[in-house]
Amino acid sequence: MNHKQISIQKVTYSYAGNGWQLYPASFSLKPGEIAGIIGPNGSGKSTLLRIAAGIIRPSTGKVIVAGKDMADMSRREIAASVGFLPQDTGGYLDYLVEEAVAMGRFPHLKGAGFLCPHDISVVERCLIETDTEAYRGRSINQLSGGERQRVMLASVLAQEPDLLLLDEPTSALDIHHQVKIFTLISELVQTGIGAAVVTHDLNMASLFSDRLLLMKQGKIICRGRPEEILNKDILHESYGEGIEIMQHPKNGRPMIFPASVSNRNRDRVYLSPC
Amino acid sequence: MLTRKKFFFLITGYVLFSVATLIIAPFFGSESLSWRNVLDAVILHHASVDADIFILHRLPRVLLAFLVGGSLALAGGSLQVVLKNPLAEPFILGIAGSGALGAVIAISVPGLYIHAGPFSSVQLFSMTGCIICIVIIYRLAANTIGISMNTILLAGVTINILCGASILLVRYLVSPHLLVSMDRWMMGGVDIIGYREILSIFPLLLPGLVLLFMQGNSLNQLAFGKEMAAGHGVNITRVQKQVFLGTGLSTAAAISMAGPIGFVGLIIPHAVRRLTGVDHRVVLPASFCLGGSFLTLSDLVARTVVSPTEMPVGIITAIVGGPVFLKILLKKNRHV
Repeated sequence: MNHKQISIQKVTYSYAGNGWQLYPASFSLKPGEIAGIIGPNGSGKSTLLRIAAGIIRPSTGKVIVAGKDMADMSRREIAASVGFLPQDTGGYLDYLVEEAVAMGRFPHLKGAGFLCPHDISVVERCLIETDTEAYRGRSINQLSGGERQRVMLASVLAQEPDLLLLDEPTSALDIHHQVKIFTLISELVQTGIGAAVVTHDLNMASLFSDRLLLMKQGKIICRGRPEEILNKDILHESYGEGIEIMQHPKNGRPMIFPASVSNRNRDRVYLSPC
Repeated sequence: MLTRKKFFFLITGYVLFSVATLIIAPFFGSESLSWRNVLDAVILHHASVDADIFILHRLPRVLLAFLVGGSLALAGGSLQVVLKNPLAEPFILGIAGSGALGAVIAISVPGLYIHAGPFSSVQLFSMTGCIICIVIIYRLAANTIGISMNTILLAGVTINILCGASILLVRYLVSPHLLVSMDRWMMGGVDIIGYREILSIFPLLLPGLVLLFMQGNSLNQLAFGKEMAAGHGVNITRVQKQVFLGTGLSTAAAISMAGPIGFVGLIIPHAVRRLTGVDHRVVLPASFCLGGSFLTLSDLVARTVVSPTEMPVGIITAIVGGPVFLKILLKKNRHV
């Protein structure tokens, strides 16, 4: 096994007071690849990712990081290998962008956590990589959704993790910023880290993932390259009817769109503005 | 970014202000003391009434005010981040109510009004009430995956209401002449003589302060949510438990000796964030210094403004603190 690999082995999980459960699930992620985790709402994507990041402990099964059982590792040890970006990163206080990014150095710091020159150089690099150095002195709460998401990604990158686990990093972003975030993830992966991305955007998953995991009702029901997973039969089984698939004109990857339009819009005549 | 140099620069400023407050405050009161007489007595060991008042009466009182104010501000600053609630303050945990109930019970039974070592019965009962409250809330909030801060909040509010009702019941039943003592305790005060009382709060205060001072870096992370903080390597459960215990112990120590003094734990951390930023490696020690200085100066006003009598310091903290805090808010908003 690659020493930078994360391996999830037959993990299960159930929420107290809720019938939902994650059935035994296994997958591994190694540096240099992007794994997209897709599936309908409530299928268990975020739960699987949170288990992989050590945020929640599996009921059974285990997670191996860099050859070690995650259950035997401290949170700092895990964070030094695995970077996790959750859906909710709501800032309660007005930290500056550079302060927020510097917080990513936490697993490498001791005592009061003052940054040494090496830590500062890592923070600077992450600001540049994520194209956020221009607003380093601004408050995190004054940024747009896209800017903020890049800053939070920079903060995770400042951990210098071998593997990135990103939970819907482009939700609430416009298409321009979605492409920017996924392009950034692709570039990062080329530098030798691995990324697992939970997303509802099947087209972004198709364009940027090396392989996909499709989940439904707490189970991984399919895995493979985007061309293998994103076909009508499989998507109908997991998402239901009403999905059409075409090929991207430039790279031939599958592109997904709704099959039907409402009757109200079918015969609409669009007038050019006066 | 907070560098070591910037940290020490900021903290030095707060510490110098605190030291200045601690040195100047004891000289003023119903009688102003002579600097020369006090210094002569301390350095040359000349007998002096001024020095006796300074060392035996004023200094312990000032030190107690500083410790109580600092502890409440430190606890408030930590709780506001863990609960993600800008209105959080130490008394939200229900400790004020339970401490007050303990004190009221001790006052209501004349035979209980005794001293045991450095502890008075009122302080002991108040402390016991606080500790019972901490244990109950902890038992309610602890679960298999950590500690529920929402439960802490709700249980704290409920205990405060229950204790409030119990205090009313005790007041209804006791002899009317005891009500004055109860009201005086409820208004808060730091009027002690000698150092014995200060020593008596240390068994709770010291571990509480140590637990809270350790959390600066983790609290910064928690401001971005529990999952983000955990992803960065913070042990969330441990931080929550330590903040809860630290807040509980330091608040219990402060309340049991000085009564429920409001406002300090709420406004001082906000004032510090407005003055020198939101990094909690600075906010926590700075809140301790500024909270201590604020209560010391409030006590100075309380014992001089209606001299030769005194006002309860709790009234001063609200009257002085409110406008000062509003001024800080206005000043900052003009710069934004």
